[in-house]
Amino acid sequence: MVTPLISMLGITKRFPGVIANNKINLELYPGEIHALLGENGSGKSTLMSILTGLYQPTEGKILVEGKETQFSSPADAIKNGIGMVHQHFKLIESFTVAENIALSDTHGSFKLDTAQIEADIAELSSYYGLKIDPHAHVWQLGVSEKQRVEILRMLYHKSKVLILDEPTAVLTPQETRELFINLRKMADNGCAVVFISHKLNEVEELADRITVLRSGVVSGHMTKEEINRASLIKMMVGRELNTNYDRKESHTGDVVLKLEKISALGDMHTLALDNVSFKIRAGEIYGIAGVSGNGQRELAEVIAGMRLAMGGKMYFGGDDFTNKTPREKIEAGISYVPEDRLGTGLAPNLSSVDNIILKEYNGRFAEGWRIKWQAAVSAAKHTVEEFDIKQGSIYQPVKMMSGGNIQKLLLGREIAAKPKLMVVLYPVRGLDIGAIEAVHKLLLKLKEQNTAILLVSEELEEIAALADRVGVMFAGKLMGEFAVQDMDIEKIGALMAGVTEDGGEGK
Amino acid sequence: MSEDFIVSLLAAAITMGTPLLYAALGEVICERSGIINLGVEGMMLIGACVGFIAGNSFGSPWAGVAAAIAAGALLALIHAFLTVTLRANQVVSGLAVTLFGTGLSGYLGQDYVGQPAGAVFGKIALPVLSDIPVIGSILFKQDALVYISYFLVPLAAWYFYKTRSGLFLRAMGENPAAVDAAGINVFRLRYLYIIVGGALAGVAGAYLSLAYAPSWLENMTAGRGWIAVALVIFALWDPWRAMAGSYLFGGIDALGFNLQVLGLPVSGFILNMLPYIFTVLVLVLVLKRRGGRSAAPQALGLPYDREER
Repeated sequence: MVTPLISMLGITKRFPGVIANNKINLELYPGEIHALLGENGSGKSTLMSILTGLYQPTEGKILVEGKETQFSSPADAIKNGIGMVHQHFKLIESFTVAENIALSDTHGSFKLDTAQIEADIAELSSYYGLKIDPHAHVWQLGVSEKQRVEILRMLYHKSKVLILDEPTAVLTPQETRELFINLRKMADNGCAVVFISHKLNEVEELADRITVLRSGVVSGHMTKEEINRASLIKMMVGRELNTNYDRKESHTGDVVLKLEKISALGDMHTLALDNVSFKIRAGEIYGIAGVSGNGQRELAEVIAGMRLAMGGKMYFGGDDFTNKTPREKIEAGISYVPEDRLGTGLAPNLSSVDNIILKEYNGRFAEGWRIKWQAAVSAAKHTVEEFDIKQGSIYQPVKMMSGGNIQKLLLGREIAAKPKLMVVLYPVRGLDIGAIEAVHKLLLKLKEQNTAILLVSEELEEIAALADRVGVMFAGKLMGEFAVQDMDIEKIGALMAGVTEDGGEGK
Repeated sequence: MSEDFIVSLLAAAITMGTPLLYAALGEVICERSGIINLGVEGMMLIGACVGFIAGNSFGSPWAGVAAAIAAGALLALIHAFLTVTLRANQVVSGLAVTLFGTGLSGYLGQDYVGQPAGAVFGKIALPVLSDIPVIGSILFKQDALVYISYFLVPLAAWYFYKTRSGLFLRAMGENPAAVDAAGINVFRLRYLYIIVGGALAGVAGAYLSLAYAPSWLENMTAGRGWIAVALVIFALWDPWRAMAGSYLFGGIDALGFNLQVLGLPVSGFILNMLPYIFTVLVLVLVLKRRGGRSAAPQALGLPYDREER
C-alpha cells in the first residue's frame, strides 16, 4: 500500500469554551482529490489551519510520509510541502504578482532577483495553463485571477499537499470548471488536493474520497463510487433537509421601485454602476446574480441612500426618490439589510434591545428626546420570540450570538418596520444550512406580506429557490433579465463573466 | 537676497532637517512594519539627554551617539512589548512612551542643564567635494552625522524595494496574516523594526544635543518628534521622500530663524510657529489629494493575533 503524504491522527483543538476539532483522523494520499465537507463551524477550517501550522493542536499528531513532524509555525508546514489557498486570499493588494509569490519563499537570496522569479512564474503558468501577468499588481486582478496567483504560489513552492478552502465561492460556473480541470492535473502529477466545500454537487463531481465533518468530529467517509447525496446531507446536517420551499403563487402588485439608468461611482472613484434600469413590483423578489464586487453593493447603497447616484432616476411608489437621504428613505418604507451584518447592520457591542431601537429612535420608541425603554424591551422580547432567536439574554452584546441568529435579529428588526421595499445583500453568507433555511423562510413570508424585495446573492441556487425574476450584473452593468423559470445556468454563468450572446465582452 | 544668503540658508536647511530625517526614517521603517510609533518625541528626548551625558562623560560624541541609540532602542522595546506582545492600542502606548521619555529625560538631565558640551560634532569640509561651487558649500561642509544620513537613505530605499527582507517588511504593514501564512515570524520582525525605529529616533535626539545646539535643555526637541511623525505621511512612507520632506521642513525652520536675525518686524513667536503651521498645511494637502490616505500601509495600527477568531 502507498504511504499517505499526510496522516493526521487524533487531532483535537480546544478554544476557550469550544472544542473545534475532536479526535479527528485524516489521511491524504498522492494523486487523490480529497473533499472535506461540512457546514460552517463544523471544524474544517480549524483542521486545515492546524495542518498549515497556523494553529497548534491541543492533542494529536501529524505524520509526513509516515514520519511524525512538529508544525510549530506556517514555515514548518511550507517546508513539508503543504500549501493552502485560504478563503480570504492572503495576498497583498499593492504588490505585484511576482512579489506576492516571492513573499513566501523565505529561504531565497537576500537580494530579490525579480527577473528570475518572473520567468519561473511564467513557465509554471504556461505549463498549467494558469494565465497570469507576473508584473500585474494584485489590486488590478479579478477574483479568479487572484485565486490563480494563490495556486501558482503553492506550485512555485513545490507543495505536495494543496489545500483549497471554498475555492468556487467566488467563481462563475465556467471558471469553476476550468479550476476543476487544473486541480485534476495537479493530482495526476502526484499531489494530494484537499477541496473544502459545502456544495454537494461540486464535491460529487470532483472528489475521489470525501470526509464529512460535523460539530468538530468526523461524521462519515465516502469514496467516489459510494457517493449518495441523501446520506451525505445526513452526515453533514444530522437530519434530512428540505430545500424546495413551498412557494405560494405570487401575486405581484404595483411597481414599487423603478430605476432608470442609474450610474454611480465606487469607493475608488471608478464607475461602479453603469446605466442600471429595472423595476420591482410589490410582492415580488427580484434577484441580482453576479460574482460579488460587480456593483451589487453600490446598487444597494444607492437605493438605500448611502451613495449618491451620478446619473439616472430612482422612483419609489411613483415619486422621485433620487438621492434622498437615508432617513427619508427609511421613513418612506425602504429597508436595507447590508452584507456586512456586524459593521453596517448592527452595532456589535450593543445589546439586542439597543440594536432594535437603533433605526427607530424617533419613531415608536421615543417620546421627544427620551427613549421609551419599556416599549423597546418588549419589542426586543417580541422579536426574539417571533423569529426564534437563540441568545443568552436580550441585554448581552449581539456579537456574542452566532451568525444565523445575528442575521435573524437584523431581518427581524427590518421586518418589524413593515417595509414596502427591502434590499438584502448576501443574506445567508457564512450561515449554516439550518439557519439558511430559516432566513429563506423569513424572506418568503415577507414577500407574502406584499413587500418588494431586492435580493443580491452569489448563489444561483438561492436565487432560483426564492426569486421571481433575475437580473445578472457584471462590471456595474445589468447584462440581462430573466423570469426565474427561464433561468439557464449556462447562459447566466456566461453573463456573470461578462460574455454576451454575440460573443463580445460587455455591452 | 544675495547668493551667500541663499547658500547659507540651504546649508542650514540640511543641518536643521537632519534630526527630522533620522526620526522620520526610523518612523517610516517602523510604520512600514504596521506599527505606529507616537513615542518618537520621547525617544528623541531621551536620546538627546543620554547622548549629551555620555558624550560629556567619555569626551567623544560617538560615545554619545552609541548611548543615544541604546536609549532610544530601550524605549522602543517598551513600545514593542506593549503593542506586539500585549496588543495594546498603539496610539495610547506611543503617547505613554513619549510622556515617559519626556519625564525621564528631564530627571536624568537636571544636573546638565546649561553645561557646556564636552564633545561636539564639528563641521567637516570634505576634500574636493566641498570645492564644488554652491553645492559643495551646501552639502559637503556638514558634520559626520549628516554624511552618514546621506548613505542611510539610499540604503533604506534599496532594502525596502530590492531585498527579500524588505519585501517582508513592506508586506507586514499591508497584511500581516499573509506574511504569517508565508512562514515569516511577524512578531519577531515587528520587534526588530520598532527597535530600529527607536534607535534612529535616539540618533535624531543626539544630533540636537551634540551637533545642532550642543547643550542639554529640558524639552529641547520642541515637538520635532511630532513633525517627524507627520512627515512620514507627507513622505507616503518612502525614504527618499522623507529626505526631501525633512530638508523642506528644515528649510522653513532655517528661514524663520534667518528672518528673525534680519530683524523682520514680525514676532519671533510667529516665525517659530512656521514649521508647525506648515505641518498642518501639508497634512491637509496630502490627505485631500486622493491616494494620500491609500498609500498608508493597510494594516497600520492594527494589532496582529494569529489565533483570533
